[in-house]
Amino acid sequence: MKALVSVKRVVDYNVRIQVKPDGSGVATDGVKMSMNPFDEIAMEEAVRLKEKGVVSEIVAVTVGSAKCVETLRTALAFGADRAIHVVEEGEVQPLVAAKALVAVCGKENPDLFLLGKQAIDDDANQTGQMVAALLDRPQATFASKVEIAGTKATVTREVDAGLQTIEIDLPAVITVDLRLNEPRYLKLPDIMKAKRKPVENTTLGDLGVQAAGGLKIVKTASPAARSKGVMVKTVDELIAGLKNKGLL
Amino acid sequence: MSQASPFYTTDHETFRSQIRRFVEKECVPHIEAWEAAGELPRALHVQAAAAGLLGIGFPEEYGGAGVLDPFYLIVAMQELARAGSGGLIASLMSHGIASPPVMHVGTPEQKERFLRPVLEGRKIAALGITEPGGGSDVANLRTRAERNGSDYVVNGSKTFITSGMRADFITLAVRTGAAVLGGVSLLVVDTATPGFSRTPLDKMGWRCSDTATLYFDNCRIPATNLLGAENQGFMTIMRNFNSERIMLAAQAWAFGMVCYEDALEWARTRQTFGRPLITRQVIRHRLVDMKMALDAVKATLDITAWHVAQGAAPVADVCMLKNLATATLERVAGEAVQILGGAGYLRGIRVERIFRETKVLSIGGGASEVMKDLAARQMRY
Repeated sequence: MKALVSVKRVVDYNVRIQVKPDGSGVATDGVKMSMNPFDEIAMEEAVRLKEKGVVSEIVAVTVGSAKCVETLRTALAFGADRAIHVVEEGEVQPLVAAKALVAVCGKENPDLFLLGKQAIDDDANQTGQMVAALLDRPQATFASKVEIAGTKATVTREVDAGLQTIEIDLPAVITVDLRLNEPRYLKLPDIMKAKRKPVENTTLGDLGVQAAGGLKIVKTASPAARSKGVMVKTVDELIAGLKNKGLL
Repeated sequence: MSQASPFYTTDHETFRSQIRRFVEKECVPHIEAWEAAGELPRALHVQAAAAGLLGIGFPEEYGGAGVLDPFYLIVAMQELARAGSGGLIASLMSHGIASPPVMHVGTPEQKERFLRPVLEGRKIAALGITEPGGGSDVANLRTRAERNGSDYVVNGSKTFITSGMRADFITLAVRTGAAVLGGVSLLVVDTATPGFSRTPLDKMGWRCSDTATLYFDNCRIPATNLLGAENQGFMTIMRNFNSERIMLAAQAWAFGMVCYEDALEWARTRQTFGRPLITRQVIRHRLVDMKMALDAVKATLDITAWHVAQGAAPVADVCMLKNLATATLERVAGEAVQILGGAGYLRGIRVERIFRETKVLSIGGGASEVMKDLAARQMRY
């Protein structure tokens, strides 16, 4: 069974995000970048499935600038066998990414396509669903447990009301949630070996996908600064304060 | 992430993020409890092995990372230092000074017995050099090992031994020959050997690191535990000191950076007389002085580590590096406590602990005065 895992390069979760002065986006120059944490969970799941003998080959894929090869190297250090880099220097919107990933699926024919449920940069939570729709294959989003038997996957999903378990036919798209697993620590020998694994370059053009997306970002702004809090001594004072603000 | 460097690549950054996660998740939440307990849990060594931390600098065939680039170890020191506890590094990484002799002069069989279980975190290794009767004077050490049949019979004692209370193996410097540097050997002592005993030492800092005095009373150690040839231990010990001192310098720099960063953060947020502290010229200048001194240490550290990685043994450079780094830490930690003011004097604050742990770096692994004498001799003054 072949697993395809998509990984995205994002600003590291530890970084204090700063908006560019002209409001055109978020500052990324000289900022630490890492693999999207949800994609790390997707990679970990694929590697565990391979260790169990369910998956025989893992292919990592990313869509983005030349620097995204670093993210692919991380995926290879996790245990991907090879990687595909769809090189695109410009902005990549969810639908463009989805179309590119669908084109890659067309070439690779994976039985399982694992993605993070969303990326921590724009939190769009769209790509996985779009891929499933464009492929016209089953999807199981927000997975917190994945079990594969034959040509079916049983997936526990984290939904608003609690947990939902569904069974889907493979090939399928699964997007993973935080509690699915805890990614392993990558060791130095694996980081080194990753450099010798193959990375295939392609472009949106090669895949027949239009680079321009349908969304236009008007402006990026920081959230309003929080005003200074007030310390209250008693519950009565708290209630009075809330009433005063019209919140009670 | 930062400026381009001839020494650090994206691989180092990938490795850094792994160690950072390990430190944040497995170390930082427990430091206070470990400090109170006076030792690290054994389980931490197993976790550190799984995180790829213990194997750095050791060969892959015995469970190491198989990567000799010293900059990975410097990155590891930098990330471990973020937990703000010198004892964590000293004790968790005590194999970093105890196990290189096994790696360098041990037989394959000795490496299997004494290196692999340590790199897997199942056993703890400590280095035993210093004696109650004398410190860095290796040529005059008095713990004796007399050959008797297929064993050595060891008598004597060692003190200030890091991880000494928990250690399973001691890489022990013993006298097997005449009272000169040519009469020193290295033996691996299993602490389960009859006649071995130990007592704990209470300290100013490094409180989560168990430090001990060790006693050897007619301990029979198999001659198969001898590392390298008899009476040839001195050079191995000296070589070991070189890498130990570079890593002590790396720790001093890394803790200095933690002090600087915490002082900077505090200066930015702390309001005095209606303005943030950092708007005051006296504080701004002090912070720049701290950064300037730390950058000089880092430049010296990186270039010296690079020379050593090329196969050089620049003893004088290493001595001066250790002194530069530890003296800078003493100064920078003092400045950080001063900038934090009352908050810097509180237990549980990183700079408070680091301040208490500056002296151990200026003393351990060769005191500043010994470093200067050695540097002067090396430069043929």
